[in-house]
Amino acid sequence: MSTETSGQSVSAETTPNPDAPVVQVGPDAGTETGQAGDGARPGSRPAASVDSVANAVATPDKEQPYAALGLKPDEYQRIREILGRRPTSGELAMYSVMWSEHCSYKSSKIYLRQFGQKVSPAMKQRLMVGMGENAGVVDVGEGWAVTFKIESHNHPSYVEPFQGAATGVGGIVRDIISMGARPVAVMDQLRFGAIDHPDTARVVHGVVGGISFYGNCLGLPNLGGETYFDPVYQGNPLVNALAVGVLRHEDLHLANARGVGNKVVLFGARTGGDGIGGASILASDTFEDGGPTKRPAVQVGDPFAEKVLIECCLELFKGELVEGIQDLGAAGISCATSELASNGDGGMYIELDNVLLRDPTLTAEEILMSESQERMMAVVRPEKLDAFLAVTKKWDVETSVLGEVTDTGRLVINWHGEEIVNVDPRTVAVDSPVYERPVEYPSWIDALNEDTAANLPRPTAGDDIKGDVLALVASANLADKSWITNQYDKYVLGNTALSFPDDGGMVRVDEESGLGFAVATDANGRYCQLDPYEGARLALAEAYRNVAVTGATPVAVSDCLNFGSPENPEVMWQFKRAVEGISDGCLELEIPVTGGNVSFYNQTGDQPIHPTPVVGVLGIVDDVARRIPSGWQDDGHNIYLLGTTDLELDGSAWAGTVHGHLGGRPPKADLQREKDLAGLLHGAAQESLIGSAHDLADGGLAQALVESVLRFGIGARVWLGDILDRDGVDAATALFSESTGRVIVSVPREDDVRFLGLCEGRGYPVLRIGVTDATSDTLEVQDLFTASIDELREASRGTLPQYFGATIG
Amino acid sequence: MPTIVVEVMPKAEILDPQGKAVAGALERLGKSAFTGVRIGKRFELTTDGPADEALLTEVRELAVEMLSNSVIEDVVSVSVLDESPAGETH
Repeated sequence: MSTETSGQSVSAETTPNPDAPVVQVGPDAGTETGQAGDGARPGSRPAASVDSVANAVATPDKEQPYAALGLKPDEYQRIREILGRRPTSGELAMYSVMWSEHCSYKSSKIYLRQFGQKVSPAMKQRLMVGMGENAGVVDVGEGWAVTFKIESHNHPSYVEPFQGAATGVGGIVRDIISMGARPVAVMDQLRFGAIDHPDTARVVHGVVGGISFYGNCLGLPNLGGETYFDPVYQGNPLVNALAVGVLRHEDLHLANARGVGNKVVLFGARTGGDGIGGASILASDTFEDGGPTKRPAVQVGDPFAEKVLIECCLELFKGELVEGIQDLGAAGISCATSELASNGDGGMYIELDNVLLRDPTLTAEEILMSESQERMMAVVRPEKLDAFLAVTKKWDVETSVLGEVTDTGRLVINWHGEEIVNVDPRTVAVDSPVYERPVEYPSWIDALNEDTAANLPRPTAGDDIKGDVLALVASANLADKSWITNQYDKYVLGNTALSFPDDGGMVRVDEESGLGFAVATDANGRYCQLDPYEGARLALAEAYRNVAVTGATPVAVSDCLNFGSPENPEVMWQFKRAVEGISDGCLELEIPVTGGNVSFYNQTGDQPIHPTPVVGVLGIVDDVARRIPSGWQDDGHNIYLLGTTDLELDGSAWAGTVHGHLGGRPPKADLQREKDLAGLLHGAAQESLIGSAHDLADGGLAQALVESVLRFGIGARVWLGDILDRDGVDAATALFSESTGRVIVSVPREDDVRFLGLCEGRGYPVLRIGVTDATSDTLEVQDLFTASIDELREASRGTLPQYFGATIG
Repeated sequence: MPTIVVEVMPKAEILDPQGKAVAGALERLGKSAFTGVRIGKRFELTTDGPADEALLTEVRELAVEMLSNSVIEDVVSVSVLDESPAGETH
């Protein structure tokens, strides 16, 4: 499978001078080791055991465990070519983690470029920082900027759900800090196995507990997200974490090491033996075949240490004490040093002995690979070092100066007085292998597409329809998720304007003006299994719509692409199509992808997960006081359905829940329509014409009506006749179809005329389908069925507690 | 009534935030003799029957599979508490 390596990217400019390394910093540069030597360390090894550059030159034929580190033979060979000798064990450690799929994006890179290519001038308007940095940054006006990003922590969360999910939150929050921003909110996109599988409760309790523990301890509101249960995620749950940060324009920081002589400083928690090789081994292979020895120790996080780190970093930024900064995540020091050096003046010298250790017996290779949490690396001007250290001392954050920026073009790392790493940092961090993996149209997909849900029997009698509605409401994926979200603190910091179960989260940025942002995420793995291109566009469309229904204007996208093994050509085809879908969709909507994450190898055995490209959309709202809530609160408001309904039941929640069916083609996403709809909703919000708005998605109109009723316990009378006449569909289709571009809104009677005028002016289809009724305590769908609010609530709220225990709060 | 004691500690290479917090507190309180603190768990399992080898074997399995999280913790000991005459415990 590795033969398709695109060798051409070992280009001339990356070929180093093989003679240079050995002489630059001789092994006698040991003057600095005394300071960190920490002579009393119990397990200190004799210097002879260090695999230095000189040693590597002298012993070219030494066998190296590159395969166990996840490198393919040709990749190892390429490292030898780049260096002109065999790598030292420290260099091997660095290359192996940095060239892993997780860090190098070697299989996805050729496709991800589209996000940077399919760009219009309008998409760049608000973009302050795009792809490639720790997180994208968007100008939201009034001198404020917002940064956001989604990342996956899937594999660790299966091995150790609590700590895996907790450190997932910690990692994405550090990405946000490293942009110079104050983190202000988090969100999570979760996929678990079947709700009734015996192992699911273990993972659910651990993951939800871990997220709530870390986020609540940090004091960040969790705005919600999404949770789905499906057997395809049984052995490979997905835990994606999104974080949002806020900064003033002038506070923007980037990860680069410029300025020869500037100090390279490591601060935060001490480096220990946690998660060694996690990035490389976990992301490069399934953890089933290697047995327990291949399973690395997961990391344990300390949210209180991270909280201190946030405040410490913000004070450092405020005092302008930092030139460049980078968080330490996967691949730890290997990643931070090589990336900082590559993005800056190109050279760096590090005394690895200066790393403060939690466990003094760690080897140099382990220190380079350690994924200990709550660490940051900064580049500091020498004259500002004292002030920098004063700040970290104030916050009780341990700090050590590791080395300095050089102009040698080499990343040189010394350990016990010997040079153990001497590489061109770009060969580690930037010019990693790029694979053009084989792509193959899935053999099974045509048959799947032909098996349309339109042929499934649809209920016509009122009682049967009611039965299906209740089945959907109680189904694992549509049931109330309070069991999860009640464990999260959603109001801490006091700026939360909307949060789960609203369609999108909304947070105030400026307390004076009310300026804020809205954020929503979506991915429908079932749609993507049917058609990854359309499925990805649908995820984008839905996240976009979810932001729009809050009254905000969508402006930017972040994504987290969860797929099976890239070595499976059919999975690679799914990935290719999904990226095309998102990038085409973004161009059409004219909102840029600002960054994101790819997670491959999500499979149980050789069964890949459904493609799950989670799309997050960020929107801007001028004043959070003008937000549109999602449920009905008042009596006698007219209920309008925006958009039209087609027979689009393929891949729907109805087909899945009632018939156990997945087949056909997903609904069509008309993005121009979505744009019109967002404009309409924004206009209506500006004029405060709308009492509530709720997006139609999984479960169609039926689920949207039930959710609007249950949000505040206000009933409604609804009639479907006009929809049936106008759109030519039957009642079941009107209720369960998942056609896009649809929203239900409630409008106070006095604003009726203006609202309808707005719809007409913008040419958006609108139908009055009902009226809210605060006294009936029922949802009545005329001529079909009536369900009491209690009945609906019981169905919705009973499901998760049945499997996981009582809902708190 | 024999009591079987199971002791569980976080794995050596794993961060122990509790221990770190206590170590920090000790230092702030002027107790500077300690270079580290790690905090584990102790389970006391009482039984009416004899704490024989069969039961101990079962407890050892329990300790690894249920009382500890083998991903981040080690079972450091499984032992039978000296039986003390009634009334002397406190």
